[in-house]
Amino acid sequence: MSWLGGHLGEIFQLAWQHAWLAGLPLLVGLAIALPLGWFASRNTRAYVALVTSAGLLYTIPSLALFVLMPLIIGTRILDPVNVVVAMTIYTVALLVRVVADGLQSVPDDVRSAARAMGFGVVRRLVMVDLPLGVPVIASGLRVAAVSNVSIVSVASLIGTHQLGDLLVDGFNRAFAPPLVTGIVGCLLLALLFDGVIVWGARVLTPWLRGGTA
Amino acid sequence: MIGAIWTWLTSTSSWSGDDGIPHRLLQHAGYSALVLVVAAAIAVPLGVWIGHSGHGRSLVTVANSLRAVPTLGLLFALTLVLQPHLQGNTAFLLPCVIALVLLAVPPILSGAYAGVEAVDPAARDAAKGVGMRPREVLRHVELPCALPLLMSGLRSAALQVIATATIAAYVGLGGLGRYLVDGIATNDYPRTGGGAVLVALFALVADIVGALVQARVVSPGLTGKGRRLARVDHPTVPSGATAS
Repeated sequence: MSWLGGHLGEIFQLAWQHAWLAGLPLLVGLAIALPLGWFASRNTRAYVALVTSAGLLYTIPSLALFVLMPLIIGTRILDPVNVVVAMTIYTVALLVRVVADGLQSVPDDVRSAARAMGFGVVRRLVMVDLPLGVPVIASGLRVAAVSNVSIVSVASLIGTHQLGDLLVDGFNRAFAPPLVTGIVGCLLLALLFDGVIVWGARVLTPWLRGGTA
Repeated sequence: MIGAIWTWLTSTSSWSGDDGIPHRLLQHAGYSALVLVVAAAIAVPLGVWIGHSGHGRSLVTVANSLRAVPTLGLLFALTLVLQPHLQGNTAFLLPCVIALVLLAVPPILSGAYAGVEAVDPAARDAAKGVGMRPREVLRHVELPCALPLLMSGLRSAALQVIATATIAAYVGLGGLGRYLVDGIATNDYPRTGGGAVLVALFALVADIVGALVQARVVSPGLTGKGRRLARVDHPTVPSGATAS
């Protein structure tokens, strides 16, 4: 407990860094996955190609991807950008399929109704397909958020600072307080992200909240 | 940098001895296979039983929430707790294997559970209707129908294990992760990058093998393509147990 009290400032700073490294890729990844997933949902060949390549990207182990990033995007080896881009790749790889499936999950009669009301492609996407796809997309985003928070801690091994530093420090000194703090911090952060996504999905889907329509 | 990595990957010294690529690759494959077999031996029967009987669904939820624990933290904590009680080689090996098994169980468990759970009740009823006993329903209907989800659970567990076994080099495990961890520690980028390329290729090959196995063991009656073919080519042959 005394260790915790003396290091609160440092812990919050690391947690803030961790939130950025895990959260920013979620937003950027979603922004990239939405158009890709939309394209995949309208074209079977694009679906197979995108989902297959996403699956291949997702197989690359995190430490290997972090290490190879400088080769691919020409950054310095210790640059935190490596971690952000790598996490964005994982997020996109996970979300492309989810977005495509979410957009395809819209019932055919709903789609016909939108067409009968004179909705064009873009208007149907924004006002019908996307809102109805929110629950599926949000569930994919929750998986991505939890796995991002866990994977980011590995970046301590390549010198990018976040809550993983506490894990490494605790392990190297065989000292429990920082190790436990790091694990609990990661869990709380994952819980926070999860809560924000669940809340966001609730706000975006008022028709799913109980009561009468 | 790419040239330096290529030089490392192709030099004879990288391919010989205990720290050579063949030995490290065998270690990585061996640990991963061991962990997967142990995790599957625990999680497949348990998941199938939960899906078959409907009891103990909360176990799946508990296992899934375990996934939020950072893998690095789990690895470090288990090593610190267990290592003082162990001697020699097992002091390095056992904590890693336990941590990896703990990570591999949730995806396999939820795959097996969801697979059996999602079997069409009509298929189950039909099996009972033709006089199958509960054990036969499980063996001949529920298990085959659960295979696609079960296999995808196994494959994602395999990827998870291969990735985490790489990180486990930090706590002393052998395998391809040694190149990454030792390379980072000695600022030897060609070695680090070469190790990363090998790990990525290994994961890729493992997943492709998993996909091929899945394509072989899953009944063609369960894949849309097979069903269509069966209807077109052999209209009179019953197409086995279908999920939908």
